[in-house]
Amino acid sequence: MRRGNLPWRLIVSVVLVVISLVVIIPVKQKIRLGLDLQGGSHILLECVDTPEAPVDSDAVKRVVEIIRNRIDQLGVAEPVIARQGERRVLVQLPGVTDPQRAVEVIGRTALLEFKDENGNTLLTGAHLKNAQVQYDRFGRPVVSIAFDEEGAKLFAQATTLNVGKPIGIYLDDNLISNPVVQEPIMGGEAQITGGFTLEEAQNLAILLRAGALPVKVEVIENRSVEPSLGQDSITHGLRAAVVGALLVVVFMIIYYGWLGVLADLALASFAIFFLAIFISLRATLTLPGIAGFIVTVGMAVDANVLIFERIKEEYRAGKTWRASIEAGFNKAFHTILDSNITTLIAAVMMFYLGSGPVRGLGVTLTLGIICSMFTGIWVTRALVDFFAEWIKFEA
Amino acid sequence: MELIKNPNLNFVGNRRLAYTISIIIIAVGLISLLVQGLNYGVDFVGGTLLQFRFNREVEVEEVREALEGLDLAKSTVQRFSPQEVIIRSPKLSSEEQDEVEKILGEIFGEVELVRVEDVGPAVGADLRRMAVTAVLVALLGILVYVSIRFEFRPGVTSIVALAHDALVVLGMLSLFQREFSAPVLAAILTILGYSINDSIVVMDRVRENLALRKKGETFGELVNRSINETLSRTVNTVLTTILPVLALLILGGEMLRDFSFTLLIGLIAGTYSSIFVVSPLWVEWEERKPLRR
Repeated sequence: MRRGNLPWRLIVSVVLVVISLVVIIPVKQKIRLGLDLQGGSHILLECVDTPEAPVDSDAVKRVVEIIRNRIDQLGVAEPVIARQGERRVLVQLPGVTDPQRAVEVIGRTALLEFKDENGNTLLTGAHLKNAQVQYDRFGRPVVSIAFDEEGAKLFAQATTLNVGKPIGIYLDDNLISNPVVQEPIMGGEAQITGGFTLEEAQNLAILLRAGALPVKVEVIENRSVEPSLGQDSITHGLRAAVVGALLVVVFMIIYYGWLGVLADLALASFAIFFLAIFISLRATLTLPGIAGFIVTVGMAVDANVLIFERIKEEYRAGKTWRASIEAGFNKAFHTILDSNITTLIAAVMMFYLGSGPVRGLGVTLTLGIICSMFTGIWVTRALVDFFAEWIKFEA
Repeated sequence: MELIKNPNLNFVGNRRLAYTISIIIIAVGLISLLVQGLNYGVDFVGGTLLQFRFNREVEVEEVREALEGLDLAKSTVQRFSPQEVIIRSPKLSSEEQDEVEKILGEIFGEVELVRVEDVGPAVGADLRRMAVTAVLVALLGILVYVSIRFEFRPGVTSIVALAHDALVVLGMLSLFQREFSAPVLAAILTILGYSINDSIVVMDRVRENLALRKKGETFGELVNRSINETLSRTVNTVLTTILPVLALLILGGEMLRDFSFTLLIGLIAGTYSSIFVVSPLWVEWEERKPLRR
């Protein structure tokens, strides 16, 4: 700061901090937590070819639609259902506590077939209008189905031709019920009794309502975390973050005295800017992301270390305090830039090529490096310039 | 405060000793890698991980016994916390998973499945492919950047140092049988990017000192002076990063333990190699095939 000039760097820094605080408060509501922290299921499906049903682009699109229908019926809040690459479908279900059931409902082909004694298909679930859970007279859950117009006709025809004979009801080629036709059924309605539990009956009704998948689908990845375990991770992560940051703060003060205090102020602004940008980008915080943040806190003061060491060196070489500061910032700048860019190369690689935790860490690391260059050099400069009058340097 | 006041240590002169230490550590790691290999997690090889929480303390042995009736020959049981265990196994169908849960429930009373990780071979193969690509591209990027900003030779010795760091980390992961998972891979990539920072600080100083070279000073002496002049920087930057990583290792919970272990080993190896490998190797190269007097 030249005497008489406004400390404009400091003013800009303070304004930025205030804006960032507005963006991040209240943090709890603003930050998006990953499934590993809030609990939930991450399920990756892959459409696979079968001789009857080869996969094409249209089929994958329909798979996405049908799975969306099924999940809507499961009643999950804010699910993500997205196509990934050519044949994969990613499903994310926040807060789901019964991943097995979710997989059961999502991954089943759910092809319903009615077959006569000789194994000829009479009609399929494609002609269904509705499917609901009801109870039979013994109080057992059954799934009652209603056919559409054409289905009703086909079903009437089938039951007329097969009076006194069984009609097999198959789900994905498994016989679930084999009732004997007592008399022709003209109303287009039927009941499937299969000795279901209530949950099985509910799942089946959902599957039948949403329709069968056009191709076979395999679950190739399922990662599910109970919300309670996610909460444990948050608690541990926060504790490590607070203690880790405190250790850095104390180290800087012990080693660099007043300059260290200024570095710590810059570090606080680093944390605020980091969160503000993270929230603005609508990025998702995962456990590796928290770990990445903790690591970048340690890296963020590296710029300060390089600058302060340089200032000390210049001062020892006989420069005045002010000239040492000037030279320290100028000469350390390229070193900071060069060393950060190599870390950035690795971080961008992780973010660009990776998925899951690798990508999560890549995002926080990239953001951390960029933020820390700004706070380590620019914000620190603003603080040091402003307080230079009052700080007496001990070298 | 000053930890090291005007140090004048002979790093370049004692480089043979430093190489020997590095080679011994890497050799131990390599032997471990050959004998017991890496403890790959389900992320890499596929399979099923189930984490159960009980409402009392359980011993790993008890759980193992409880599961004896099931065909889980290739599975491992590991303690996660006093009331939680992890069962790792080759891929289990959801019926088999239900069965494990049922049996544990029968024996231990209330039991909660708090984590499932079920990874198919295709996903594991994707991760392996990504790991190799990311490591190679990152190394190439760093080599190109350092060669442009500095010189080709320190670029190459930096890459040698990074390979050194990666080998030390992999060796220690194998020696202590830490689980090699996707977050651990992420930690290794972080180390590749970060551990070169200290080398850059030294190289930067070498470049600066070359411009104002003292009369009669050999290249080796100049490099050694540069390492000494930047020593407090090298030590402090890594200390400030190690402190939070230590907090993570101790307080961050079981989920991040292998990740923080990897970072810690990597940071130590990275600093060591910045001081004892990168520049001394550069001196070695210069002395054998001098580019400058």
